[in-house]
Amino acid sequence: MLGRTANGLFWMFRYLERADNTARMLEAARRMSLTSDDNTADEEWRSIIQTLGQQAAFEAKHDSYSGYLAWNFILRDKDNPANIRDMMSQVRSNARAVRNAISTELWTVVNESWLALDTMLSHQVGQGNVGDVVSAIRRTGTLAHGAMDGSMLRDESYHFARCGTFLERADSTARILDMKYYLLLPSLSYVGSSLDQGQWDMVLRCVSGDHALRWLSGGQIDARAVAEFLVLDQRFPRSIAFCHSALRDQLAALARIHGREGQTNMLMRQSDLRLTDLTIDGVFDIGLHEFLVDFTASNASIASAIASDYRFLD
Amino acid sequence: MLQLRNARLARCKGSRVTSNDPAKFDEMYAPDGSVRPAYRGYQQWLSEQDEGWLRRKDFEAESFFRKTGITFNVYGEDDAEERLIPFDMVPRIVTGGEWRRLSKGIEQRVRALNAFMHDLYHRQEIIRSGRLPERLFRDNSAWLPQMVGFTPPGGVYTHIVGIDLVRTGPNDFFVLEDNARTPSGVSYMLENRETMMAMFPELFSEVRVETVSNYPQRLARSLAASAPPATKGKPVVAVLTPGIYNSAYFEHAFLADQMGAELVEGSDLRVVDGRVAMRTTRGYTPVDVIYRRVDDDYLDPLSFNPDSALGVPGIMDVYRAGGVTIANAPGTGICDDKAIYSFMPEIVEFYTGQKPLLPNVETWRCADSDSRAYVLDNLAELVVKEVHGSGGYGMLVGPAASKREIANFRKKIEANPTNYIAQPTLALSTCPIFTSQGLTPRHVDLRPFVLVSPNGIDITPGGLTRVALKKGSLVVNSSQGGGTKDTWVLKE
Repeated sequence: MLGRTANGLFWMFRYLERADNTARMLEAARRMSLTSDDNTADEEWRSIIQTLGQQAAFEAKHDSYSGYLAWNFILRDKDNPANIRDMMSQVRSNARAVRNAISTELWTVVNESWLALDTMLSHQVGQGNVGDVVSAIRRTGTLAHGAMDGSMLRDESYHFARCGTFLERADSTARILDMKYYLLLPSLSYVGSSLDQGQWDMVLRCVSGDHALRWLSGGQIDARAVAEFLVLDQRFPRSIAFCHSALRDQLAALARIHGREGQTNMLMRQSDLRLTDLTIDGVFDIGLHEFLVDFTASNASIASAIASDYRFLD
Repeated sequence: MLQLRNARLARCKGSRVTSNDPAKFDEMYAPDGSVRPAYRGYQQWLSEQDEGWLRRKDFEAESFFRKTGITFNVYGEDDAEERLIPFDMVPRIVTGGEWRRLSKGIEQRVRALNAFMHDLYHRQEIIRSGRLPERLFRDNSAWLPQMVGFTPPGGVYTHIVGIDLVRTGPNDFFVLEDNARTPSGVSYMLENRETMMAMFPELFSEVRVETVSNYPQRLARSLAASAPPATKGKPVVAVLTPGIYNSAYFEHAFLADQMGAELVEGSDLRVVDGRVAMRTTRGYTPVDVIYRRVDDDYLDPLSFNPDSALGVPGIMDVYRAGGVTIANAPGTGICDDKAIYSFMPEIVEFYTGQKPLLPNVETWRCADSDSRAYVLDNLAELVVKEVHGSGGYGMLVGPAASKREIANFRKKIEANPTNYIAQPTLALSTCPIFTSQGLTPRHVDLRPFVLVSPNGIDITPGGLTRVALKKGSLVVNSSQGGGTKDTWVLKE
């Protein structure tokens, strides 16, 4: 297949994942703001904008935080370089550019969802429909993955798409964890105030892991459990360890198809070594923040190795 | 030509062609209100359908097209804007007998076009014989000196041709335009049929219609048969597109997908070891046949427009050395020239030794002083076109134009007469369209698609029917608000 097409598929799925993750965070903040008093509610919105790395852009525009300002900023504001509307537009234009490498089912899902979202996001989103908009964004991801699963050849195109998904998801989980890492440090976990409980809950909700961890831990959630779950739990599809293994499998499949390994597979093995047999105590020994910074950097170098090994660009 | 003048094309006398114009031919209904043979099966089915249900179906069709992403971008408007070409659900129906006659005429014309291209780039016998004035190609930017003395693989110049036909009476079909540069619209022929079959499956069991859905396979076969000498093994075919902002991008992607070919942009290609190669995830691999949807001018910055980023530097050298097939061949755009068109009866006769089976529309060349005088005296009744124009841009429809528009056009013609030709305002046949008030007639044309390979000429039974949706309008181009219909050729 064409290098440009591989690049298009990879980014189509990165943007799809990014939009989906952003929508999850928005949903978590919305939920938190509904269950806390006004002051803390606005603080939740500040924190989410900060997690998205857009505090400066937001504050250049608005003097204070509120739900309405924040979700419109996240969903559709052109002054926010990471707004969801632009991400979805990228998903759709990449899909259009690789139209003959994806199935009609997948294309139709992406095209229809974009048309619906474009309409929903053409004007300010109010309290009454922000929930619908977020659901529509999340549903796009679900439908696209479903359409792909059921209709696409397991050839190169599939693997490049999946690489995009897992790289982006690992990145996103690491970024969320890093913004809140101080809440999860062992020294603080002993405090265990109700505020901290709420914060852990928030972190879990950002990656839709609240139900899963409650189920696994029988309702007993502490900081250590949250960190272990999000970094190392191989059962949870948004944990760093899970995304890492999934990426490794996709890269191995690509190497098999191409009959040779490249720089990508070498970097992946190095990254593997860091994660194998790692325990949460080991992570805390390295320092959670340091671990996450390392991981994100290694992720970024794998992404650029994929682009050069498979000739994404000239 | 004389015979044609006598046949006298029904010309519009009043300020507008109205739907009651007695000179007008309707595809579905005879003047006495009876249904023509081609439409009997359809009429039977239609009379059994509930109107409310049909209205709902009509509404569904639009959302079907939008979902599928069958859109085009309009030149001169916001890049991001994608429009739908309106689809009308009443088919344009041609009988098997009519189609047989049309096919013969089309085949003859396309054969002549290919012979003409070869001659124009070699001995130029037609000019030596005095049948065609030399100025027609000498100052014509569509004629490419780079093609002189070179014969494309298999001798094929026009791999894909769209012949625009109009009808004015039961047996009166005329060629309105030849499209040999990069004819578009074939995806609508295919998607319109898919839509009709999805909406009205039972209709297709009641009326037997020739299939069009194998067009992409026919195209793939035809292109592969035109592979260059350098081909090793099974020919690799790629569709070259200017990219996602091109007005016909949907079609480029659609055809590549349906043919199982790669969809490439100029930036994916480069010349490697004397071949044109595409950048795959494994490195550069040779392409044998390029179905290009990029204009000549942008094909090769080394040979043509040096600023083009859409093409492939050096592709013309590879082409001339037999390393790649470019379809259509560079320099075939001259067939689309409307001054050349006016000589088509002579061209057909010169190369085939036969009278044209399909007549031209009477055409006045403003370059000739007698014709120019006639045209300037009759602007209000004529259609005037730029010789290099296309897509319905830059034309004057006299009967529908204001005094000011006519006056402006007069100045343009006087300033640059060789740039214009004029034709009578034809009473194009009408075909009913579906509206909330029921069926109502609108003017249509027909573009069949013709494939040429060293193995022969292959015409898919069907085509693109374009319909002017505004009452009385004669301009069917999608860029000017025209719509499309499914086109049926009945099985015999």
